[in-house]
Amino acid sequence: MTILLDPTSERVPAARERAARLAAIEGRTIGLLDIAKMRGDVFLDRLEERLAERGAKVLRFKKPTFTKPAPIDLRQEIAERCDAVVEALAD
Amino acid sequence: MATNPAQAADAQESDEAGARPPLPSGVVAFVKRDCPTCELVAPVLATLAKRVPLTVYTQDDPGFPEALAPVDDTELAVSWQHGIEAVPTLLRVESGREVERAVGWHREEWEALSGVEGLGPGLPALRPGCGSLSVDPAHAPALRARFEGGRLRARRVALSSLEDEMEIAFERGWSDGLPVVPPTEARVLAMLDGTDRDPQDVVATVPPDLVPCTVEKVAINAVMAGCRPEYLPVVLTAVEAACTDAFNVHGLLATTMSAGPVLIVNGPIRRRIGMNSGKNVFGQGNRANSTIGRALQFVVRNVGGGRPGDVDRATLGNPGKVGFCFAEDEEGSPWTPLATDFGLEAGTNAVTLFPGEGPRTIVDQLSREPESLSRSFAAALRSMLSPKMALAFDVVLVVSPEHARIYREAGWSKEDLRAKLHALTLMPGDELVRGAGGIAEGLPEGVRGQSIPKFRPDGIHIVHAGGGAGLFSAIIPGWANGAMGSQTVCRAID
Repeated sequence: MTILLDPTSERVPAARERAARLAAIEGRTIGLLDIAKMRGDVFLDRLEERLAERGAKVLRFKKPTFTKPAPIDLRQEIAERCDAVVEALAD
Repeated sequence: MATNPAQAADAQESDEAGARPPLPSGVVAFVKRDCPTCELVAPVLATLAKRVPLTVYTQDDPGFPEALAPVDDTELAVSWQHGIEAVPTLLRVESGREVERAVGWHREEWEALSGVEGLGPGLPALRPGCGSLSVDPAHAPALRARFEGGRLRARRVALSSLEDEMEIAFERGWSDGLPVVPPTEARVLAMLDGTDRDPQDVVATVPPDLVPCTVEKVAINAVMAGCRPEYLPVVLTAVEAACTDAFNVHGLLATTMSAGPVLIVNGPIRRRIGMNSGKNVFGQGNRANSTIGRALQFVVRNVGGGRPGDVDRATLGNPGKVGFCFAEDEEGSPWTPLATDFGLEAGTNAVTLFPGEGPRTIVDQLSREPESLSRSFAAALRSMLSPKMALAFDVVLVVSPEHARIYREAGWSKEDLRAKLHALTLMPGDELVRGAGGIAEGLPEGVRGQSIPKFRPDGIHIVHAGGGAGLFSAIIPGWANGAMGSQTVCRAID
């Protein structure tokens, strides 16, 4: 494992910061990313219903396999089309 | 680690500092199988083992030498901690402490050290050894990080196996947009060899976040910028100079103007670290020139928290904000070095920080007299930043060798040239006033009827640099000068 020394003032946590949260869901486009594990679709179907009830537009995406990071094209497509994304892990 | 528990206890008791692993008392040998001299003296060690308490540490093959029950030092920890540079090395240890050392095979020394006569009768009197694995470049950096990493206090950032160490600086916002050298413990320790200063010494309080910045933090950023350890003294001095109230790097960072710190290096260190003061002096291709200024920018960015678009509000910026550093050509200059204008003696290692933007070239291929060439320079200087503004900005005039020759041959000192340029850049207030020339920009009405100098008395800095062919010089324009902006700061390099 590579260990690097932090070049900063160390005033912010070493972990990457979360992206800013959406202030509201209504009218926003929410991506639902199925990582391709079993029954992820069950969870995401329900999530889609709930989001739709609250006025969100939902787009569905799926990784080719849960064993690898999402392909760059998929990540870019999500970034381009969605205001936020929910990535679902299930088994 | 010791062959004899009593020896080990003895050694541990005496290990007061705890800095080194204890050694067993008696005679201690360090060997490796991949060393013909070690092979040669293996029978001698067997002889010694019968006469004195002997402990053998073996660096590569735990079974070598056979029948001597060697201590496995294939991790090289003991060898590293005791500074073994070659094998075989023989130590005499009393109360756990080394009192005598013999390097390589040298019969007389081995006999004196061990008190045993008649060693290796069939061997030559002496035979040099081989390099210790603990100082082998393949192992030494990791050993150093392991045993000296405790000197470093910076937070450790552990990368997961999926993270690319070349991407991490971009992802975490440490980079200026170009790749950086990953700041590993081994690299930072090597960088710190460039200074005698304690890693935890505070170099400066770095704006805009006003963070106390240690030598270690400067070293980490210097590694990332691509510096070699011998550049570190220049970087440390530049950080100190930048963070003075006079230089005001906070204002320089925050300004909407284009300038950034420009570093000009004087003194023998220029040649020691291989800086460029000649051809393409502002351009690419020289590691020291390219990385020293970048290291300063990294300290401001990462330690000070000053980032483009955040506190850095530059409208346009300039490519030199990645790092702008060059050396003066003192050897070929008709004049004294820049640092002497700030009261330092010629020959002093120094770095001058000027708040400047990108250089712009002055072309004059026909002037052969200093008066004519000075008029060319003055015409360019008058229009600097705005032809309608005066006294607000300082300048560095970089005179190239072919232009400097004209002054040398005419016997002009730097002061002569400076005085001439001040005289030639006096401008009629009527031409500078707002609206004059159909340009709304300009000075208030009060300047009408007056002669207004373009530059403050100490606002023209003259430097000699550039390639030997080409009748070109250059202007590096400044930004707001004086108390409201930045003063040029020159510091001797420790």
